[in-house]
Amino acid sequence: MSEDEHKHARKKTDEHASEVRLEAMVDTEDGRIAPPPVPATAQSGDLHPEASSQTVVQRIMSGDALVAVLAVVLSLIAGGILIALTDEDVAQTATYFFARPQDMLLAAWSAASEAYLALFQGSVFDYEGETFTRMISPLMQTLTVATPLICAGLGVALAFRAGLFNIGAQGQIIIGATLAAWVGFSLHLPVGIHLLLVIVAGIIGGAIWGGLVGLLKAKTGAHEVILTIMLNYVAIYLVTYLLTTPAFQRPGSSNPISPQLDETAMYPPLFGDAFRLHWGFIVALLATVFVWWLLKRSIIGFELRAVGANPVAARTAGISVTKGYVVVMLIAGALAGLAGVAQVAGTEQVLSSGVAASFGFDAITVALLGRSTPWGTFFAGLLFGAFRAGGVTMQISTGTSIDIVLVVQSLIVLFIAAPPLVRALFHLPEPGKTKGPRRPKGTRSRKPATTGGSA
Amino acid sequence: MKLELKGITKKFGSFVANDHIDLVVEPGQVHSLLGENGAGKSTLMNVLYGLYEPTEGQILIDGKPVEFNGPGDAMAAGIGMVHQHFMLVPVFTVAENIALGNEATKAGGILNLDETRTKIRQISEQYGFQVDPDAVVEDLPVGVQQRAEIIKALVRDAEVLILDEPTAVLTPKETDELLAIIAQLKSDGKSIVFISHKLREVKAVSDLITVIRRGKVVGDADPNASTTDLASMMVGRSVSLSLNKAPAQPGEATFVIDGLTVTAPTGQRVVDNLSLQIAQGEILAIAGVQGNGQTELTEAILGLQEHVSGSIRLEGKELVGRGTKEIINSGVGFVPEDRSVEGLVGAFSVAENMILNRYDQAPFAKGLAMKPARVAENAAERIAEFDVRTQSATAAAGTLSGGNQQKVVMARELSRPLKLFIASQPTRGVDVGSIEFLHKRIVSERDRGTPVMIVSTELDEVLELADRIAVLYQGRLMGIVPGNTSRDRLGLMMAGMGADEAQGTDPARTDPESGDK
Repeated sequence: MSEDEHKHARKKTDEHASEVRLEAMVDTEDGRIAPPPVPATAQSGDLHPEASSQTVVQRIMSGDALVAVLAVVLSLIAGGILIALTDEDVAQTATYFFARPQDMLLAAWSAASEAYLALFQGSVFDYEGETFTRMISPLMQTLTVATPLICAGLGVALAFRAGLFNIGAQGQIIIGATLAAWVGFSLHLPVGIHLLLVIVAGIIGGAIWGGLVGLLKAKTGAHEVILTIMLNYVAIYLVTYLLTTPAFQRPGSSNPISPQLDETAMYPPLFGDAFRLHWGFIVALLATVFVWWLLKRSIIGFELRAVGANPVAARTAGISVTKGYVVVMLIAGALAGLAGVAQVAGTEQVLSSGVAASFGFDAITVALLGRSTPWGTFFAGLLFGAFRAGGVTMQISTGTSIDIVLVVQSLIVLFIAAPPLVRALFHLPEPGKTKGPRRPKGTRSRKPATTGGSA
Repeated sequence: MKLELKGITKKFGSFVANDHIDLVVEPGQVHSLLGENGAGKSTLMNVLYGLYEPTEGQILIDGKPVEFNGPGDAMAAGIGMVHQHFMLVPVFTVAENIALGNEATKAGGILNLDETRTKIRQISEQYGFQVDPDAVVEDLPVGVQQRAEIIKALVRDAEVLILDEPTAVLTPKETDELLAIIAQLKSDGKSIVFISHKLREVKAVSDLITVIRRGKVVGDADPNASTTDLASMMVGRSVSLSLNKAPAQPGEATFVIDGLTVTAPTGQRVVDNLSLQIAQGEILAIAGVQGNGQTELTEAILGLQEHVSGSIRLEGKELVGRGTKEIINSGVGFVPEDRSVEGLVGAFSVAENMILNRYDQAPFAKGLAMKPARVAENAAERIAEFDVRTQSATAAAGTLSGGNQQKVVMARELSRPLKLFIASQPTRGVDVGSIEFLHKRIVSERDRGTPVMIVSTELDEVLELADRIAVLYQGRLMGIVPGNTSRDRLGLMMAGMGADEAQGTDPARTDPESGDK
């Protein structure tokens, strides 16, 4: 019976991958066999190098696309249940649930479906719009919001590939935005050159903030998670302080806000003035292509991936691991800096202490959901842009709190960070130990008792 | 206790790991399972140990069918297993490890280890194990850790003991000791299932040999059968076990190490004032028990060690103080001792691993851009040349078997013009068929006029390949002797005796016990 289950599940996964896994499993020589749960289960690190060299980052990255999609689906389902639970009609009908249960179920269904419909209407296509412009306006809004998410997400994804957990996109966006904004409002240059300088300044700002982390890690061995978190604080308070200084504060204003950037310093609108979508989106698209090329086709990407996947082998092959850390954090910071540019030179048009919103943290989710691949990150960025854009409409038209969107986003991270959970819910085989090897009873009981019921 | 496996079949998807295997283990017998890596030996034993559920077939104990739902059931039925990678908690003591999962407690759930200690001492005495129950496992030599594993099985009254590749991690002396222990267990009426692909050991220890190939029993063999016959049975074709290499034609000594000292972070001298030379067209083997400075020596040559003094010159060029990349690019080929950790990036494709240290050079790269077509071309050529068994060049290297991974590393290092070739444990964990091939490639590199350094802890391999043998003991060179030096003399040198001293010893004193100092 369990054999059948596995066969069934296997069909869902890509043929090639499953065959590769089969080999991995059969190859017992290198200890890839399921660790036998004999009483003393710990294994000596010396004798079992593969197991110990597998980092959390590597495990997250190795999750397959199916798990990412299922995580989104599961989160939407959980979100729908939450929407129904907080709905007034549902609460009312629940009082006579035992008399007429269909009332409550109907109310729950309509609450969830209306909310999601509003989410769609607010993020992709407004079928009730009067003009074509109105109809596609939500999509434009989604792309606008997605722009900084994609740029910063690419930065996080790239660092993941080199084995670094870059939590610092937030700070890198802020510093990039600060430098870009300063060039934008204090220098007055001709069209073209001005925007170019703004972009370069943003890239430099982010690269400095990211590169600093790489340098400190390479030179002192400090952990990048702590470094990036702390530098986030430094960046946030630094920009808050700067906005009270004459160099940054808008003349005649007591608010911590900068002057508006020059017209010449801003991204031109992409499809005319009717939409907020600006050329920053095209830059994000180009950045995605660049990161793809970097990872897949360049020697720098080869080095970074080698450092991320197996630093010992990389070093033995003459690749400098420390240099790799510095380089990847420079580029990751530069990409986050581009997100800062998209904010000040595109969407916000001024520098404020909230310029980065929570893009730097959402970027981590985006990179995780995109499995740290450039195009995966691009589409995950679009999805999150849609959540943000549509969440507002959802709140206005159905009264569902926009916080539900945040809950859905958070659940996505949760499900992605716990691929075994998703696999257990959908009876997917585990990579590396697929097809058949019966899980010993001890481990089986740890799985949730529910089967794919929620679907 | 008589153990019988009847028609055991284990399928993983469409892959048949075990195909109707019949096996009878009689009490008081050492029954060897001989087969190449991936032949299905370990799968079969995992079925027997209750870790896998057989797709078909039955396990019978004393004629009665049994069903194991986990190792617990197997242990209760009297089956013990010592895995190739030990299942011990490194920071626990021997007694704690042995009690684990079977803890005796006093009132209030307080651990009662005294009983376990007594049992360990008793078993230890009975079989001459010399294991201190209160020693912390991580401080113990590998051989003693293995004995702790055996005790763990014996404490649970195992009648059948499965030893999965028990000698893979042992020094020659520890291996001899293990074989003695097996003989003693056997005389005590225990049955031993001995899994190995090392012919000499299997012949020495077995009462009966069952050969497995590609998941099927090929047949039973007598321990007195010749190694060549056994190897042929195992591989499925005739294998030449002796290399028959031509005598070396040493040229100029282009690789010169002079007064090399490597200091560990602890301040200990792990390589101590070592000097040697290797000539073009010559293989120098570094022999020694694992952990006597071989790793540090090779890493120092490659620029991977930090505290290095002395001089290493290749064709007159000083290597000490240069970066690894520069050293590799100056023509040093290096096969590290642990291919899966140091030699390969498991997540990378075979093709990418084939250029792991040349990814930034022509023809694989131009400027910053890599040339995927060239990389693929190179991979296809090397895969064909070295007969790497992989589904495709884009398969992740980590999915290959040990032997094929090693071929990938060898192919990478041997596919460019070399001025020095260093291979550490070139055939560790590699099956017989591949060993023959890899050895030939090493000799042909020598015959091309490259100085070759082989580091191996296996005397068989050293004697097979070496033109000269340098023996390391505690980081010091015990001497350099000709390639045809006797095992006994090498064994004494590996235990810390000077070359001349070992030469002069009385042959009667050359058993392993007296060689230990």
